Amino acid sequence: MSFLDFSHITKTYPGVKALSDVSFGVDRGAVHGLMGENGAGKSTLIKILSGDQHADEGEIRIDGKVQAYASTRDAFDNGVIVIHQELQLVPELTVAENLSLGRFPASAGVIARGKMLEDVGAKLKSAGIDIDISRKVKTLSIGERQMIEIAKAIMLDARVIALDEPTSSLSSRESEILFALIDRLRGEGKVIIYVSHRLDEVFRLCDSLTVLRDGKLAAHHASLKGVTRDQVVAEMVGREISDIWGFRPRKAGDIRLEVEAISGAKLKTPASFEARAGEIVGFFGLIGAGRSELMRLVFGADPRSGGTITVDGKAIHAADPHGAIRAGIVLCSEDRKHDGIIQGRSIEENINISSRRHHARFGILNRASEIATAETFIKKLKVRTPSRKQDIINLSGGNQQKVILGRWLSEQGVRVLIVDEPTRGIDVGAKSEIYELLYQLAEDGMAIVVVSSDLPEVMGICDRILVMCGGRINAELARNQFAEKAILAAALPDTKTPDAIAS
Amino acid sequence: MTDQLKKIVLGEQGLVVIFVVAFALVSLLVPNFLTDRNMLGLLQSVVTVGIVACTMMFCLAARDFDLSVGSIVAFAGMVAVMASNYSGSILLGLLAAIACGAFVGFINGVVIAKFRINALITTLATMQIVRGLALIASDGRAVGINSPDFYQLALSKFLGIPTPVWVLAVLFGIFGFVLNRTVFGKNTLAIGGNPEASRLAGVNVDRTRIWIFALQGVVCGIAGILLASRITSGQPNAAVGLELSVISACVLGGVSLAGGRATMSGVIVGVLIMGIAENAMNLLNIPAFYQYIVRGVILLLAVLLDNLRSSALGRR
Repeated sequence: MSFLDFSHITKTYPGVKALSDVSFGVDRGAVHGLMGENGAGKSTLIKILSGDQHADEGEIRIDGKVQAYASTRDAFDNGVIVIHQELQLVPELTVAENLSLGRFPASAGVIARGKMLEDVGAKLKSAGIDIDISRKVKTLSIGERQMIEIAKAIMLDARVIALDEPTSSLSSRESEILFALIDRLRGEGKVIIYVSHRLDEVFRLCDSLTVLRDGKLAAHHASLKGVTRDQVVAEMVGREISDIWGFRPRKAGDIRLEVEAISGAKLKTPASFEARAGEIVGFFGLIGAGRSELMRLVFGADPRSGGTITVDGKAIHAADPHGAIRAGIVLCSEDRKHDGIIQGRSIEENINISSRRHHARFGILNRASEIATAETFIKKLKVRTPSRKQDIINLSGGNQQKVILGRWLSEQGVRVLIVDEPTRGIDVGAKSEIYELLYQLAEDGMAIVVVSSDLPEVMGICDRILVMCGGRINAELARNQFAEKAILAAALPDTKTPDAIAS
Repeated sequence: MTDQLKKIVLGEQGLVVIFVVAFALVSLLVPNFLTDRNMLGLLQSVVTVGIVACTMMFCLAARDFDLSVGSIVAFAGMVAVMASNYSGSILLGLLAAIACGAFVGFINGVVIAKFRINALITTLATMQIVRGLALIASDGRAVGINSPDFYQLALSKFLGIPTPVWVLAVLFGIFGFVLNRTVFGKNTLAIGGNPEASRLAGVNVDRTRIWIFALQGVVCGIAGILLASRITSGQPNAAVGLELSVISACVLGGVSLAGGRATMSGVIVGVLIMGIAENAMNLLNIPAFYQYIVRGVILLLAVLLDNLRSSALGRR
């Protein structure tokens, strides 16, 4: 028996068997990877572990004792802490206050500030986290906030710490610091469950690995010795994927999009670039390099203070999304949850929201064509859903992304498709489907702009890469010039050497 | 058993079930409830709330709020009476009332959408301004209607059913259609679901919000006219607290205060439940003071139900 045991866990939601008879164990002082495509049941398992959901059958045992949590708070008190992708910190409070929240050292309701600072400082020091605890959380970077979230677990003397996609919004450097911290926790004998899509990280960090597929245990590796990446990918998708990029060379046509010296409140240095018909142009850079800000200016999501945007030789004067869409520019935003999906509404409505104006007459919807459009794109983009009426919030990340692509592809006459982090948080199977779609659209003559922080991805699928750093376009490389080091060097601020993060 | 009950009450048809049960109970337990006369009286009593609820539904569905409806109804009623008395033309009076309502609504919309002032604060302000205008216009007194034709608006019947009830039914039909079958309705729901994503999907969010408030004004104008006709005068103190009854009815009808979720059938049921509760209490001679408590409790239960329902939906 292991320290943490999942035993025959089964969980059914209306219409879906999220988990069926999943059993595995994790020992103390081990980092255990949990992988699987979206919808494979990872999140459900983590939710059950955290007390947020209850298993229909089966049980979780820690140190031989059956755990039955009434709530996440209950799990907390039993030393089980889950750190979610969305961090749960209070921005207006300081680091020390956040870490003491709920357990302030106080007498008669007055916080003993000195003791609080001392306690928190000591704990962080012993964990090797070097952050000024009197700073307000809102002034910290996302990477630092992630550290604080983990520090919370340390403060509570957690026995089991589960991390859900912790690096999805971290830069490589921040990830390194996180990994060092995880290593230290491993040394202290904690059980760490590490949920991730990134094979590199899992192979680097984890001692053991469980792969879920369609709610079932697809594989359990007690040790990663001799296990290959291809093998794990095959276990996740249930089939072999040889080359996930599947790049297909194309001929570039005339210039479709020409951006000249545009700038805005969040992008001071004027930026210029162009994209040709049939071309896939990649934008690489670290987080905060200004890529998303540039794309938002092109799409008119933020007002621009200068510069011109031309599509097929015609200047666009309107600086709002409405005008951009009419001119044939569309944008799939980086933050799907905030800027992409319309929660609470169906897939059908999410697809039709923009293109319906082509079918509506006097503002009255054409139901038949809306249904047809929805069905067409659900089929064409292989959106996995029981029905077009499904609320989009119930779909996995990859399927939500496909719905948003469907929203734009149902627009007639899209000339420029901008996709910002198109595969973030998306599983391998859906990723190659999305790449394949981009190639097809490019072949049909669209100009495609891909913004990504995933270097292998931009190198794998783009014809040309523009590298941004500190709000300016720093370098431009054609496909035959692609080299990891050169791209990283251009992406990093001067003082850093690329070797430091090219892992 | 309890699980099943939960499923029914919190499910999509939960409201209708609650409504049918409430109706059946009241019919059995309250004498004189299920009579033609009382049924017509009940319908007439919900006309004002029902009409205003049509557009309040849009407001809430788009994550907005409108507290100024009660004042607009009173003000529009005053305008209708005074303008028709003054000009001698009822039609002119009615048009003036609707125009005034639309104007106030439009101002609400512009301030909220363009200047990004919180809807609660904006309409709290216009609520007081407009009430003040109504009081100033009549020097605080009721203004009687000169032309008997004006009374006829509320008194006349078609197929045995009073005109205001017909107006209510037609508006229910129109706004049900607008919500589900028009670009405007779908955009409203999308904005409530996620305003930023809607904007980035090409929806003209500001314009849609302005339209919602302007429509709310128009509909308040209509409600004000019918109310003035029923009480045979323009009363500057009419419809005080209407906004709360209307919002209660909407929430009771499953409209989410977080936006993005609304159905016309739900709102109709919500309006009727409020009406039945009041009607039954009157038949049972429950003193007015106690009725406040009952209404408050119903509202609390409604919000609780809304909460339970959202978490039940979110859990899927």
